[in-house]
Formats: sequence, structure tokens, C-alpha cells
Amino acid sequence: MWLKFEPRPEPSKAMTYLSPILAVGLMFLSGLILFLILGKSPVEGFKVFFMNPLKDSYGVAELFLKATPLMLCAVGLSVGFKANVWNIGAEGQLLIGALAGGWLALRFEGSNSPFLLPSMIIAGALGGMLWAAIPAFLRTRFNANEILTSLMLVYVAELMVSWLVHGPWKDPDGFNFPQTKLFSATATLPILLAGTRVNAALVFALGALVVGWVFMNRSFMGYQMKVAGQAEFAGRYAGFSAKRSVWIGMLAGGAMAGVAGISEVAGPIGQITEHISPGYGFAAMIVAFVGRLSPIGILFSSLLMALLYMGGEQAQQYLALPSSISKVFQGMLLFFLLGSDVFINFRPRLVRRRK
Amino acid sequence: MPTQPSDMPRLAIRGIRKVYPSVVANDGIDLTVMPGEIHAVLGENGAGKSTLMKVIYGVIRPDEGEILWEGQPVTVSNPAQARALGIGMVFQHFSLFETLTVVQNVALSIPGKLELAALAKRIEEVSERYGLPVDPRRMVHALSVGERQRVEIIRCLLQNPRLLILDEPTSVLTPQAVRKLFETLRQLAAEGVSILYISHKLDEIQELCHKATVLRGGKVTGTCTPSEETPQTMARLMIGVDLPACCHGEPEDGGEVRLRIQGLSHATDDPFGTDLKDIHLEVRSGEIVGIAGVSGNGQQELLRAISGEEPLADKHAVELCGVPVGHLNPARRRGLGMCFVPEERLGRGAVPRLSLTENILLTAYRKGMLFAGLIRFGVAKRFAEECIKRFDVKCGGAHSEAKSLSGGNLQKFIVGREIMQEPKVLVLAQPTWGVDVGASSFIRQSVLDLRNSGSAVLVISEELEELFEICDRIQVIAKGSLSPSKVTSDTNVEEIGMWMSGLWPGAKTPEGASHVA
Repeated sequence: MWLKFEPRPEPSKAMTYLSPILAVGLMFLSGLILFLILGKSPVEGFKVFFMNPLKDSYGVAELFLKATPLMLCAVGLSVGFKANVWNIGAEGQLLIGALAGGWLALRFEGSNSPFLLPSMIIAGALGGMLWAAIPAFLRTRFNANEILTSLMLVYVAELMVSWLVHGPWKDPDGFNFPQTKLFSATATLPILLAGTRVNAALVFALGALVVGWVFMNRSFMGYQMKVAGQAEFAGRYAGFSAKRSVWIGMLAGGAMAGVAGISEVAGPIGQITEHISPGYGFAAMIVAFVGRLSPIGILFSSLLMALLYMGGEQAQQYLALPSSISKVFQGMLLFFLLGSDVFINFRPRLVRRRK
Repeated sequence: MPTQPSDMPRLAIRGIRKVYPSVVANDGIDLTVMPGEIHAVLGENGAGKSTLMKVIYGVIRPDEGEILWEGQPVTVSNPAQARALGIGMVFQHFSLFETLTVVQNVALSIPGKLELAALAKRIEEVSERYGLPVDPRRMVHALSVGERQRVEIIRCLLQNPRLLILDEPTSVLTPQAVRKLFETLRQLAAEGVSILYISHKLDEIQELCHKATVLRGGKVTGTCTPSEETPQTMARLMIGVDLPACCHGEPEDGGEVRLRIQGLSHATDDPFGTDLKDIHLEVRSGEIVGIAGVSGNGQQELLRAISGEEPLADKHAVELCGVPVGHLNPARRRGLGMCFVPEERLGRGAVPRLSLTENILLTAYRKGMLFAGLIRFGVAKRFAEECIKRFDVKCGGAHSEAKSLSGGNLQKFIVGREIMQEPKVLVLAQPTWGVDVGASSFIRQSVLDLRNSGSAVLVISEELEELFEICDRIQVIAKGSLSPSKVTSDTNVEEIGMWMSGLWPGAKTPEGASHVA
């Protein structure tokens, strides 16, 4: 007997949705084996990693808090991904968004203006867009691969944050810690639920999912980008501008990542530090693909990814495992997803081998 | 080798069956070919001709059935084994490396080490013996399509085949080149080589072939002696019904000029493309103008220039209803009333993985399908459903993916989509290429109806028969230049065929024309 993959006459719709579920299942299973190898009880590991974080309402609130930047970044990125625009640099766009909005907070420190916070959010979006505009320009003008340029700009952005918090923006009364002053209450996002850290950014994120859904499924521009992504020559034949697709795809990702960035520094962090994001911009790519580039899917996959982040922290605390364990789970999730996606276009069949 | 009369068939196949996940491609096919016989395999697209040939040539394995080669049962498991038996095949799509010379290409298909100089000499011998002139030292990209085909045939002949399979060999040739090919094939047959000739062109089969096997839907629907049949009786075997004839109204006189191309010259970026040289063309309302030519003579480039996929520096080079549009993109040109049917259906004319409704949006969105930047899917769906109904598109419904349609049905859908936009000018490239006889005839009639309603139509096609059937005037493109126009009733296939080699009165480069044929 021999296992053979034969092409399906049509891609399986069912497998498109089952594949992420299968991937999550395989991730759980491998996680248990991993705990075993590391000498921990798998049952205990599973409890600490996946159940501890959600044992009370505060935990659930934290889950939504952590899912917020992932949702924002993932929905923005999927607009581009659908058009084959590969923005890998959401992490950098997130940081520049945080800097742009944070600069306003520091510049108008004592202000009580109700316009300060909205201006910061807009500045955050513009900052992210600016950072995404560089690869978009290089791609449309010089045909430079945006995968490389957007990724390289992440490191530029990280160094820029580091320089600012060690240098010009360092809090003079901060005992030489590399961080800015704390933002004033006027420059901080309002809390939605008393006793938790969930703030107005969750509303932006849910709004972005709705707008993203309408754009991708109901707007003509979204349709044009889908055509550009699926059949470049059909787009050319119809007269849709390929450059415009690149610009919109990059800028949507940049704007949402920028909003995510400012929402972190004007939200749970409350100042600019060297550690604004634990890799949300990168994890959001996995979120986007696990969510099948659909806003509804992203809602769920961002919650899953947030759980992996929280589980990592719990594992560090209670199991004495390094916090990078959550990266291992992220990696496994992506790996199994890509593997399971094979079943969308192929089906396995047992055949008897002829001699 | 001289003909040896024998009762032993060169090739006999019995009960061949091949099933793919979604279709039964061959269903119990029998076929017998005698030595020295030219045997036609006739059928529409999707009838199973290509699958059958691939089975014989060892490219795919049949699920059932047996192959007898000169009386012996054989299993042909790969093309190398087929060649060792003495089977050669010339594919419809050539398998040559463009950046290598003829002799290098031939050397690649011959096992073992060999002297290129000696091989070049053998190529010259074979090419002389069978009237297939080719210079072995030339690069393949500089060869015309006809010459490339000769290279493919010579490559087969060098292995002394006893059965030669040709898949739609004349679709890329001028009428003169077709005649030369037929002489070569007759000579080969006289020497005892059996030939399997795959085609859907009934007149050619009548002229050339001794026997014919007709396939429909994967089954043999009949065998006949083509010389004793008429094209009508063979067509009935092939498509199961009588061939519908197109009705052609009288040309309208003095219609206004809708499309004017003047002094269009355009250098291509593609190293294997063709530069357009000083092209002049006019299409009036109520007429169909055809552009004939062997493929690769500038048709693609001309079409891109007209459609706007390749915008031009000179905006007056293309004028639409008097408005200069040379600098505009395709969407802007559509806005002015121009529609196009491209040569490639899947991937250019339609997006494979989108539904038919979504594919309507690709070009017909101006027909009230947008509101404030959002799509009115209801309007698009009704348009798709009407297109499916009016143009008899066989599919699961407006929600079917474009890639689930057969080539002919997808083409009907695309032609329908463009015609239903009531264009002032419609440009079609290869409208019936690879489309079965029934659908072809329907598409031609639809185009004629559009002309009769006052639109201007430009058809770029490599099928002369088609152009003579529907066009009011014909022009010829060769090496990027366009001939003067001829009223169809004042010319004939011989003259246009001659022009296809670049030899029209007043042609600027007649000395270079010999490469074209």
C-alpha cells in the first residue's frame, strides 16, 4: 500500500475551513509531546498553558487586550495579502505608528484638549502608512521586492525606537531607564471595563474588522485587488491599475499596524519603551493566514494567538520554561497550517503499488 | 524503405480506457493503422484525441485495454520506449529551446554522445530528402512557426519512425506551408511510414487521409474513408448534429469610421516579440475587418496597442470614434465604447477561481453594477444569468467558477459579456481558437449579428476559413507590417496566403519574407 496525493478536480471548500482547525489540533498534540520531552507532565502543561490564562474574567479581558493589536495588524495585512502584496514589515510600521502618536503625547504633555487623543490615533495611522509607503514606492517605481524592503525597515524602526528612548526622548526623571515619560490621562485610551485593561482600541479593532470585511467583499476596489492577486493578466486586460493595488495593500497594512502601535503605547504601556511589541506585527501574519484572510476568521485566530502569548507567560511562571515557548507554538501553528493546506488542492489516496 | 504489402497492422489498439478524477477521457477505444496508411483521428475538443495519442506515445498509462505493435502486445510506459519501438510524435505545442540552435535542440533528444557537425549533416540530408528546408545552425527563436514545426518533424524522422503522430499540425501554418507539409507526409506514407493525423479540419482530412476514426465524448462514433464522405457527413459523426451555417447580411455602406489606426509604430520590450511598423487601419460601423497572419507576426503587439494594455506615446496613433486614445489605459478605452475578447480566456479574459457573476464585473461594471464604490451583486448576477441564457453557456449557474467551464463555453461567456455591453467597437483575438465546431459557429453568428446592429468589429485570427466566412474586408499582418485591405469577395485563400509571407504589392521588406512561411 502506498499513500498518494492526487489533485482534486476542484479545491475543497470544506478543507479551506477545516485546515486551520486541523492545524490547531496538531499544534496541541505536538505541544503535549513537547512538554513530555521537556520532562513536564503534559496534562499539567496543557492546563497551565491553555487553561490558566482564562480561569477568571480578568484573564479573559487580558486575552482581548492582547488580541487587539493582532486583529488590527492582521486585517490590514490581509487586504494586501489578497492582492499578492507581501507586507512583512507590520512590526516596523507598528513601531513608527507608536512613535508618531507618542510624539504628540510628549509634545503636548500638559494639554487637556479633547482633540489630543484622536490626533494621536491619526498620527499613529499616518506614521504606519509612511513606513509602508517606502516599500510601496520602491516596488512600484523600481520593482524592488516588498518582502525584502518591508522586512529590512523593521530593523530600522527598532533601532530608531531604541535611539529615541536612550537619547532625546528619555525621561529626565526616569532614573536613566530607557523610556519616555508616562503619557497623561488625556493622552491615554479610556478603559472600557472597569477593573481590566481593555481599552477603546478594541472598538477600533472590531470596527476595522467590519470595514475590512466590507472593503474586501463588497467594494469594487477590493474586487480589483482580488483580481490583481489571482490573475494579474486579467487585471491588466480589464485596465485595473496594478500599482494602485500595491499602494492600497501596503498602506492598509501600514495604517492598521500604526493604529495598533499607538494603541499599545497610549493603552496598556502608557509610555514609549524599548519593548512596545512582543512581535505582534510578525504574529499577525500567522493570524491572517490561520483566519483565511477573512475578517471573521481573523477575529477567532487573533484570540487564539493571544492565548499562545498568555500561555507562554504562564509557562514561564509556573513551569519554569523559557517564554520563547510561545514562539515555538506560533511556529508549529504556521507549520501545521501550511501542511494542512495541501489537502485543499490534493486528496490522499491509498493505492496498491504496481511492482 | 519500399512499401511491403502486409495484412499485419502496424498498430492495433483494443478497448483503451482512461479515467480522470472528473471525466472519462477514453472509453473503450479501438483503432487500427496499417503500414503506409495516413489515418485521421477526428473529434472536437475534449473528445479524447489527445489522451489517446498520449497513451500510444507512453506519456500516460491507460486503465484498461491493450496495444498491439506489429502484432505483438506491448506496454508503452514512457516516450523513450515508444521511440525505441519506432513511434514518433510532433506535439501541437512545440518543445524546443528558443535560445539554442536547431542542431543543439535535436541533439538533446538523441541518447548518447554525438558529433554536432555530423548531426547537422544528417539534419540537412533529411531536410533535403523530405522537402523540409531548415538551416541546422540557426537559433530557434529566429525561426518562424512553420520552420519550428519542421525541426520537430525532422527530429522525429532522424529516429526512422514507423509510426508518426501529428497533433493539429496545420493550425499554425499558411495554406502554402500546409500543402508542403502534405507532400512530405504523402512521401513518408509511400515509404511505408504509418501516420496518425489528429485534426478537426474536415477539408484537410478529406484531402490527405486514407482512413478516419471519429471520436466523440471519449468513444469511437464511427470509422470512414474520408474520400467517400462529405464534410457534412463527417461533421455529423463528429458533433452528432448537422453543422449550422452562418448567415451573413449585406455589408452596410458608408458607415462612420469607429476605429482608426494611423502610422502606429511600436518597438516591443520582449526580445522574442515583434516590432509594429507603420500600421494603418480603419474599421467602420457595420463592418467586420479581419486581420490574417501566421502567429507571432505582431498580432499580440497590435492587440495590446489597440486594447491599451500597452499604452502608446502617440495618442493619435489609435482613435476611437474620432477621439485620440493612444495614451489611455484599457479601462478608459472601454469607457469610450470599446470592448475586447482576448486570445487567452482563462487568466486574461476571465479569472479562473472567481464565479461567473464576479467575472461579469471584470469588464461590464459600468452597466449599473456599482454604487458609491460598492458592488451591486444583484445587478451583476442578473447580467451573468442573461449572458448564460442568451449565449447558451453550459454551466452550473452564475455561481460556477470560470475554470469549471469548458473552453468553448467560457469563450461563449466572454464573447457574450463583451457583446452585451453593446460596444461601438469590438476587437476579438482568435475568437474560436480551440473551440468546438458547434460553439464556433454560434460565436461567429453572434459577431455577425453585432455587426448588423451597426457596431464596428475587428477580428484577429489565424484561421483563414473563419475570416473568409465572416469578414467584409481582410488585411494581413506579417513581420509587424500590415497589408492594404482587400474586400473579401475580391480575393481568395491563395492570394491572402501569399500575403501572409509578407509578399503583398508595395511590401517594404519582401527579401526578408522567406523566413515567414
